Amino acid sequence: MNKKLYIYGVIFAVLAVAPAFLNPYWVDVLNNVGLYAILGLSLNLIVGHAGLFNLGHAAFFAVGAYTAAILNTLYGIPVLWLLPACALTAGLFAAVIARPIIHLRGDYLCIVTIGVGEILRIALTNDVFGITGGPNGIFGISRPTVFGYVIRKPHDFYYLIGAFLMVTIFLFHRLENSRFGRAVNYLREDETAAEGSGIDTSHYKLAVFVLGAAWAGMAGDIFAAKMTIIAPESFNFWESVVMFAIVILGGSGSIPGVLLGAVLFVGLPEVFRDFADARMLIFGAAMVIMMIVRTEGILPQQPRAYALPEARNAGGNP
Amino acid sequence: MSLLGLQNLTKSFGGLMAVNEVSFDVEQGTIVGLIGPNGAGKTTVFNLITGNHRSDRGTIRFEGKDITNWLTHRIVRLGIARTFQTIRLFQNLTVIENVLAGCHCRMNSGSIPAMLRTPGERREEREALARALDDLAFVGLQGQEMQLAKNLSYGSQRLLEIARALASEPRLVILDEPAGGMNGQETEALIGTIRRIQQRGITTLLIEHDMSLVMKACEKIVVLEYGTKIAEGPPEAIQGDPKVIEAYLGMED
Repeated sequence: MNKKLYIYGVIFAVLAVAPAFLNPYWVDVLNNVGLYAILGLSLNLIVGHAGLFNLGHAAFFAVGAYTAAILNTLYGIPVLWLLPACALTAGLFAAVIARPIIHLRGDYLCIVTIGVGEILRIALTNDVFGITGGPNGIFGISRPTVFGYVIRKPHDFYYLIGAFLMVTIFLFHRLENSRFGRAVNYLREDETAAEGSGIDTSHYKLAVFVLGAAWAGMAGDIFAAKMTIIAPESFNFWESVVMFAIVILGGSGSIPGVLLGAVLFVGLPEVFRDFADARMLIFGAAMVIMMIVRTEGILPQQPRAYALPEARNAGGNP
Repeated sequence: MSLLGLQNLTKSFGGLMAVNEVSFDVEQGTIVGLIGPNGAGKTTVFNLITGNHRSDRGTIRFEGKDITNWLTHRIVRLGIARTFQTIRLFQNLTVIENVLAGCHCRMNSGSIPAMLRTPGERREEREALARALDDLAFVGLQGQEMQLAKNLSYGSQRLLEIARALASEPRLVILDEPAGGMNGQETEALIGTIRRIQQRGITTLLIEHDMSLVMKACEKIVVLEYGTKIAEGPPEAIQGDPKVIEAYLGMED
């Protein structure tokens, strides 16, 4: 346990000073890794913990990004102030679409979420309600400011995204190790037994779906602020696939696994730019090998620790 | 007033009448056995009581309250817990977490208190853990808290299901073939456990094929055949009942 903390401490320290030694391009790569890590963690609640196959997570990301873009460009509200609004709209959107479909199992739910993602992307492309800017999207989103300091360069965004990622890890770690976290695991393991043990399974499915979507909405806000331009093509099916693969490959239900997944899926392709043509081939092969030799992911979920009294651990009779 | 009362409970699957006009009462504090040949509709009766199936007709009352066709988790919260005929544990989770599943409905903290680790949430977690450990020890599985459920022996898995059911602090516990797959020694121990459940003031309704267990443990027995109740009474009366003998052994020519 202490060894683990030591390793995390070293990684944290290296990442904290890394931008000082990197050019803006590589810092931007790390920013993307961070953003996908946040998205991966939010999807991990739904896919990894609750076992609900969601292949349309980019839709909630998009709802958050567009909420930020529209409210910022039309009303000039600072983007960081819009975080709760983005969480709310993405969460609400998830609640509305999930309500009728959440009882679907496995692949059926998967197909419907793909549909939802595509419908949203096409609606955005067709300038729905005349406020999404059509295929060109929305531009001119203002830079975020923190206490008067304008976040502009990749180096600045690095610390903003890093801070958001740290908060996400901290809160999700606590959420995992709680009544809520256990409840969603129960329904992943055996829905009938969960219901039979007194867990309101439909409530928890909906709750975890909405929570994951709301978090993706907040990531969308940061994304919009970082890019200053957003367009429907940033939220296509491929994005959902990447998020899904990060969770499955990295380790379903495991925070370190998802973080590693984000590094592998978003960071490595940049390191191996020279082999860009072979990227899909390598990903595909890696995916196939993983599914055969290590279905639970590279860093799988570990059993939760509980503060058991010593006497009980020893199993001695009084 | 009886703890649980079934009146004219009926359920058919397509053309098959699985449960047909079944009525019986379970008195507070007793151990009642539900027996019958395979396919008699025993498990269907259990599934109707716990809300896994919706009944076609008839009512189910628990402590005077009509709970017919309630959602399962609400029924558990009201005080009826069950185990399953085919073991349904959370196989990839630890033993202690399986028991904590039962504690869930007696806790209140949601996602936000969990993320903030409020004092109330911490206290609730501590209390639930203590209760879960007590119930594990009650069925004799102390010391195996951190094992994965799937690594337990068959008999231990059955006991773990009982511990999970007890953790929900039920007033009625429904056991579906608790001795299934157990050896003679384990079955003897199980009878002791069922009696100790009774001493805790919890009423038990069980399905069992092991007649030695049923005759020893149960104060009342209800017999089903082809979805219909054919007999009801104390073990001695049931053993001598010609209709029951006929159902189990067939009729003489």
